[in-house]
Amino acid sequence: MTSRIRNFSIIAHIDHGKSTLADRLLERTGAITGRDMKEQLLDSMDLERERGITIKAQAVRIPYRALDGAIYELNLIDTPGHVDFSYEVARSLDAVEGALLVVDATQGVEAQTLANTYLAIEAGLEIVPIINKIDLPAAEPERVAAEVASIIGGDPDEVLQISAKTGAGIDELLEAIVHRLPAPEGDADDPLRALIFDSYFDSYRGVICTIRVKDGTLGKGDAVRFMASGLLEHADEVGVLTPLAVPVAALGPGESGYLITGVKDIDLVRVGDTVTREDRPAAEALPGYLEPKPMVFSGLFPVEGDDFERLRDALEKLRLNDAALSYEPETSAALGFGFRCGFLGLLHMEIVRERLEREYDLELVSTAPSVAYLATTVTGEVVEVRSPQDLPAANQLAGIEEPYVKVMMLAPSEYVGTVMELAQERRGLVGELNYLSPERVEIDYEIPLAEIVFDFFDQLKSRTRGYASLDYEPVGYRASELSKVDILLNGQPVDAFSTIIHKDKAYSYGTAMTNRLRELIPRQLFDIPIQAAIGSRVIARETVKAKRKDVTAKCYGGDISRKRKLLERQKEGKKRMKMVGSVEVPNDAFINALKIDRD
Amino acid sequence: MLVERPLRPSGPPPPPGEDDGIDRLAAYVHIPFCARVCPYCDFAVVAGKDESTDRYFAALGAEIEMEPSAGSLASVFIGGGTPSRVSRDLLAGVVERLAGRFGLADDAEISLEANPEDWTPEVAAGLVAAGVNRVSFGVQSFDDAVLGELGRLHTAGDARVVVGMARAAGFASVSLDLIFGSPLESVESWRHTVESAIALEPDHVSTYALTVERGTELSRMVAAGAPAPDPDDQADKYQLARALLTEVGFGHYEVSNYARPGHECIYNLNTWAQGDYLAFGLGAHGHRAGVRRRNVRRLEAYLEMLEDGRRPEAGTESITGWDAELERVFLGLRMRSGVAAGAVGDVLASDPDGQALISAKKLEVTEGRICVLDPLFTDSVARVVLGLKPVETGRVAR
Ligand SMILES: Nc1nc2c(ncn2[C@@H]2O[C@H](COP(=O)(O)OP(=O)(O)OP(=O)(O)O)[C@@H](O)[C@H]2O)c(=O)[nH]1
Ligand SMILES: C[S@@+](CC[C@H](N)C(=O)[O-])C[C@H]1O[C@@H](n2cnc3c(N)ncnc32)[C@H](O)[C@@H]1O
Ligand code: SF4
Ligand SMILES: [Mg+2]
Repeated sequence: MTSRIRNFSIIAHIDHGKSTLADRLLERTGAITGRDMKEQLLDSMDLERERGITIKAQAVRIPYRALDGAIYELNLIDTPGHVDFSYEVARSLDAVEGALLVVDATQGVEAQTLANTYLAIEAGLEIVPIINKIDLPAAEPERVAAEVASIIGGDPDEVLQISAKTGAGIDELLEAIVHRLPAPEGDADDPLRALIFDSYFDSYRGVICTIRVKDGTLGKGDAVRFMASGLLEHADEVGVLTPLAVPVAALGPGESGYLITGVKDIDLVRVGDTVTREDRPAAEALPGYLEPKPMVFSGLFPVEGDDFERLRDALEKLRLNDAALSYEPETSAALGFGFRCGFLGLLHMEIVRERLEREYDLELVSTAPSVAYLATTVTGEVVEVRSPQDLPAANQLAGIEEPYVKVMMLAPSEYVGTVMELAQERRGLVGELNYLSPERVEIDYEIPLAEIVFDFFDQLKSRTRGYASLDYEPVGYRASELSKVDILLNGQPVDAFSTIIHKDKAYSYGTAMTNRLRELIPRQLFDIPIQAAIGSRVIARETVKAKRKDVTAKCYGGDISRKRKLLERQKEGKKRMKMVGSVEVPNDAFINALKIDRD
Repeated sequence: MLVERPLRPSGPPPPPGEDDGIDRLAAYVHIPFCARVCPYCDFAVVAGKDESTDRYFAALGAEIEMEPSAGSLASVFIGGGTPSRVSRDLLAGVVERLAGRFGLADDAEISLEANPEDWTPEVAAGLVAAGVNRVSFGVQSFDDAVLGELGRLHTAGDARVVVGMARAAGFASVSLDLIFGSPLESVESWRHTVESAIALEPDHVSTYALTVERGTELSRMVAAGAPAPDPDDQADKYQLARALLTEVGFGHYEVSNYARPGHECIYNLNTWAQGDYLAFGLGAHGHRAGVRRRNVRRLEAYLEMLEDGRRPEAGTESITGWDAELERVFLGLRMRSGVAAGAVGDVLASDPDGQALISAKKLEVTEGRICVLDPLFTDSVARVVLGLKPVETGRVAR
């Protein structure tokens, strides 16, 4: 019965306790019993558990017997809090009618609290504000409740106070979910319209879609059509996630679950597409999703050239599960064939790389991340430059523009000066101050994207002792004085290390890069000059001196096997090197060299 | 004056493995007892356990009796640890037992490692009487500051007198071990050490670059921030020693070893020629018919196993076919005269890493031989050799 269904997402700033709250809801309703319980149960990926953060939104159905005696079906979606994954949050919001807005009682409103609240308001959701972690001695529930009420416009008394750790307030929250959130609308007799809000690839069963039925019903065995791609398939299995996949006979309006058709043709299944029934097709598809716009680009190359096809295959499959990932083939003189990939941020980039390596058993090197520039040539043509190699030659170039973002930073008022100083160092334009409360200020700046994607956030955190947070959105392009800095190894430019950078920072970048590479590149049979250059002008230079000694002093009868194995292991280690011209460069040098401060 | 009793007709050593004097059987006997453990040492040693000496020699005797009989021994090496710490009678007993069980070739080389502080005319005479004819002294340095840094218990002065005593007692061959490149040692100090060694007119000199071995006191100190040996400094000192020693007529026959003609260490040549050797004692390693075996490294375990009538074996490894061929080349590369190329030469010469070493003039692969041209790059070559895959020779028969 539709009136007994409640669909909601849990949204918050990173680490405010969404996944822990989901644990308590699963536990209190009996969906998971003690023995199967573990912390942040819905963070099922190894990477999520290792890093202690949610990366993927995760849907789960929970049956709840409310105080009124009726059993309700709660479909909750736990979402990630990191700014790089806000696309996951946005998508989940299209599959629900309500949002639990969680705010840490010790931190108060932070940047993604605001950003995600605005997303929920735009999606027309009913918001239940919750103050979490009231068990902590530093908790200030009253102050934080007032802050929350001021941003969503309500009464501070309506803000629930809970501890996802101790379970305090969870019973009240469950009742609030039932009474304050609306039931989904939708008619079981209408033609089927189900939104695909996530998907992943299973090597046995093909593509598995997570769907939300808006109208109509979807049953096992139905002939279904994917409206955007036109694909026609049979529903081999439909079911719900509890969080284990449990097959059901049918899913009705307002329900969420999964659909397996056995299709292995990944291209034909797109997150945001609408599934309808062939026997009674819907006239119009659901609105679907906006394509997310990648913010940073980086080349991904297999260490073993033979793995190019496997990488292509892996990217296709991973994209099913990560709709924010984009890629196109790219060729590098140094690294061979690979892909230029677009990411929402550096964490996203790191996660994609690690997932490709772990889930698809690939070994990859990545190139310097870059934002997308717009270059105007002398003939007036405008080209998008996603990789420094694509930058037209200096004599062809009339001008370059770089992307700016509007950065919204939230900080306690005593840090206003510190935050403004940082924004100005990063070429920020005219700030705007907005006091949310006497203690908490919103500071807005327009800053080149290239200045914030790398280490801005770390800097912001460390200079404000962890109290500031930020969110950003693109605001278009502006002309800038940019140069392309090339790095030459043994006289040959290594395209993977080239970067486009503001001219005031080119020199220090070149110096830092050559220094870092000198440390990262092992000594070899010959001297290796390392140079940083703008065009033909060398701006920094270092040398890796030729190795002079590579011999075991003593090899006696007693350690022949040991010495031999040691040498064999060292030889194996050389597989972790990439030949760049005649120079051996360790794979991790490609990653570690880029970890330098860009100031 | 040099006491010359050529162990073999003099002249440059023939390529290892191709001379019938070398591919005969050898035996190694390990004596683990030391006064204290030097910070750089990773050999199977024990300090402060001298009370176990008698038990140890009983076990050693039992182990020798367990070894299946073999041909007579062309060389015996009594190494350590510090063999010079134990009584002549016990050492003589071991030599006797080996002779009784396997037989000693007429011209057998019988070497013993000695620490300078233990050496007296009586010790020397007793060892000669027991049949020992070659002694290798762990001199390490002629600079007392460096000896202190190395944690040694003797002085440069102690070392100056030992060669003469050995000569007087009638040793046929006297060798000195030197260590270079400890962090506090200057190039001048090292020059002084090598020149002092030359002045004593030994028959053989080993010069070892100080190596930070895993699990040693030295490696813990380095991990904690103490200065580590500098490879460039060691390269300079290596070349200095090579120049000084070859200048006065020593032949540079292996990466770290120099000998007057005819005084190359037969026992070690056999090792590098992939020859067979029996092994007895704590942590000892043997090689027989393509099988490498090693003994347990814990003293109590060694003693108990033998007292229970079991062989104190910790593991074996059988090396055959292509792997044995690679091992042969890997060992032979250490010889300055190179190693017979066999099936490996062509594969090495056509390997891209092999070619890089050839064009950098570190390696030479000619018709029948593989030679490391710059011994400081022996491991660079060895690594490539050990990674080579055999070429497919025609179709596999079905
Ligand atoms: N003391 C206390 N700690 C809590 C409470 N709720 C969550 N935590 C802790 O806060 C940390 C973050 O919790 P998560 O549930 O992973 O936070 P999240 O919002 O899911 O984080 P992301 O998914 O990365 O955005 C963990 O160490 C939790 O144990 C609470 O009520 N009290
Ligand atoms: C097996 S040791 C024992 C000899 C004797 N106990 C002594 O210390 O003089 C033989 C030689 O190996 C060398 N040696 C041992 N450990 C070394 C290390 N870590 N680095 C360089 N040479 C080493 C020393 O020159 C030593 O004389
Ligand atoms: S170096 Fe020689 S004396 Fe020192 S511990 Fe090792 S074996 Fe014993
Ligand atoms: Mg989470």
